[in-house]
Amino acid sequence: MKQGIYTVEENTPLAEGVFRMRLRGDTSAVTRPGQFINIRLDGKFLRRPISVCDWDDGTITIIYKLLGDGTERMSRYPAGKTLDVLTGLGNGFDVGRAGERPLLIGGGVGTPPMYALAKQLLAAGKRVQAVLGFNSAADVFYADELRDLGAAVRVATADGSRGVKGFVTDALAGLDYSYYYACGPEPMLRAVWKTAVTDGELSFEERMGCGFGACMGCTCKTLTGFKRICRDGPVLRKGELLWDD
Amino acid sequence: MGRLSVTLCGIELDNPVIPASGTFGYGVEFAELYDINCLGTFSFKGTTREPRYGNPTPRIAEAESGMLNAVGLQNPGVDAVIAEELPRLKKCFHKPVMANVSGFSVEEYVEVCRRLDAQAQVGWLEVNISCPNVHGGGMSFGTDPHMAAEVTRAVKAVTTKPVIMKLSPNVTDIAQIARACEDAGADAVSLINTLMAMRIDIRRRRPILANVTGGLSGPAVFPVALRMVWQVADAVGIPVIGLGGVSSAEQVIEMMLAGAAAVEVGAANLTDPWACQKIIDELPAAMDRCGIDNLRDIIGGAKQWEKT
Ligand SMILES: Cc1cc2nc3c(=O)[nH]c(=O)nc-3n(C[C@H](O)[C@H](O)[C@H](O)COP(=O)(O)OP(=O)(O)OC[C@H]3O[C@@H](n4cnc5c(N)ncnc54)[C@H](O)[C@@H]3O)c2cc1C
Ligand SMILES: Cc1cc2nc3c(=O)[nH]c(=O)nc-3n(C[C@H](O)[C@H](O)[C@H](O)COP(=O)(O)O)c2cc1C
Ligand code: FES
Repeated sequence: MKQGIYTVEENTPLAEGVFRMRLRGDTSAVTRPGQFINIRLDGKFLRRPISVCDWDDGTITIIYKLLGDGTERMSRYPAGKTLDVLTGLGNGFDVGRAGERPLLIGGGVGTPPMYALAKQLLAAGKRVQAVLGFNSAADVFYADELRDLGAAVRVATADGSRGVKGFVTDALAGLDYSYYYACGPEPMLRAVWKTAVTDGELSFEERMGCGFGACMGCTCKTLTGFKRICRDGPVLRKGELLWDD
Repeated sequence: MGRLSVTLCGIELDNPVIPASGTFGYGVEFAELYDINCLGTFSFKGTTREPRYGNPTPRIAEAESGMLNAVGLQNPGVDAVIAEELPRLKKCFHKPVMANVSGFSVEEYVEVCRRLDAQAQVGWLEVNISCPNVHGGGMSFGTDPHMAAEVTRAVKAVTTKPVIMKLSPNVTDIAQIARACEDAGADAVSLINTLMAMRIDIRRRRPILANVTGGLSGPAVFPVALRMVWQVADAVGIPVIGLGGVSSAEQVIEMMLAGAAAVEVGAANLTDPWACQKIIDELPAAMDRCGIDNLRDIIGGAKQWEKT
């Protein structure tokens, strides 16, 4: 983990109520797709955790949804604004387990971390498939960007206005995959956990006090013991999860 | 002795800055970030006899200038603390540590304190009789002077190290509880623990915390904590450790002027992991600006203005 001052380079709407922000600064603490950063906002005591969508030597890209006052304020930050950010948080996805035909499953703002993950897997010569789920066509983002990277992409929308009508799990039928990576709201993760046929790993959210393992604010129970979502996660293995239904 | 050093129950601290229990784990996460030997000491996570998961999530909510937590004393239990956490800590921290203890019965406090008292690394026992987030224990001991005295007496009977009773602000008269602890043999008191609080998600029309209520801490509580430290320092002769909302060198000075012999820093560690290191670094300059040569000389330094 590192603390640094980052400059907003871009902060623009991407879809209905969803923004993309590019931050310039030290990215050396970011080591794996699926990690997150924790951003201090003016007038807010707790930092806001947001997944890394992509990063390079000098920039970090995040995609965030307007949810409450914090993300609302964030969306008004102009280019040039500086932010205090903790980077390199969380374990991230393990690309080593992908096999030859990994499947990436993103639901809503669970999609962003799939971008850097797809990049790494494609660079390693894997055949990457992605299934993205949204509420409706106006909410869809990054389907084209993932396709441009070279992934085969299926979109599902709850109202059927784009792609398959239904949830991501309705779009899994007929896909042949070696391993899966999933990030999205918990009901989606549960459905994926039940439906997907291979081993995989899933990324979770929890309200956080610190984001680096100090406060025990984010702990969940797993088959392998208590896990702090911020430090031992956010990515957990399918086999660790304690869901019993 | 340096300009920053103070004495806490006979043990000299290089400076009065002490990360507060529950915001510093058992030290190792922070030792990866900076040399934690710069601290006066730190108070480790509230430890109970059995391992505890704590409360369901969400355990954290935000407030104006602060936060609520309802962690519910998640900890690995005293056996694992002795077998695993203390040996790990030994590699990165070479000063006496403050052992924070919680319990659900007098017997539990006694047993956990007795076992931690026997550990060479432990310098003080900080007995938390003020956790608002667990049922049938914690705070119920800290809101009744008779029970507070009973825990103090029982712990003192089985320990050799200084015993610091950690007090709850969720009482009508905190000075009365402090006096009860002093009379029962406490070597010091620390205050405040968190203030009972809650938040409601207005869109979902339900409490944010799964535990419904939680404890408020952070900058919002500093003036309340300062007032209580002032009142307790008046009421007792034993050292008072001040905490609640401290996040700057100036606030450390302010707490000491109110009567604190040392100062703990809690929530500030969560939003800025380097907070305590920065506060210690900034203390000399803040002292210079206030014309303070030695911190130990200012403890209770505002007392001449006591209302009569
Ligand atoms: C590891 C991780 C990665 C995340 N990645 C993304 C991402 O890439 N894009 C994105 O849009 N969102 C992401 N989130 C969710 C994001 O953190 C919340 O939407 C955001 O904190 C809401 O802040 P707010 O002030 O707008 O909302 P408010 O509801 O006003 O926030 C109040 C408090 O609750 C917390 N909170 C509210 N909702 C959540 C939530 N779902 N998860 C965690 N904390 C919450 C806030 O951080 C804040 O402390 C992620 C969360 C986690 C834990
Ligand atoms: C996440 C969290 C966990 C805490 N856990 C404990 C604990 O285990 N034992 C204890 O005595 N106090 C605990 N506290 C209380 C703090 O030690 C401190 O008394 C309180 O937060 C006020 O200080 P602050 O405003 O600087 O945070 C906890 C506080 C927080 C925020
Ligand atoms: S948020 Fe503090 S331990 Fe995870």
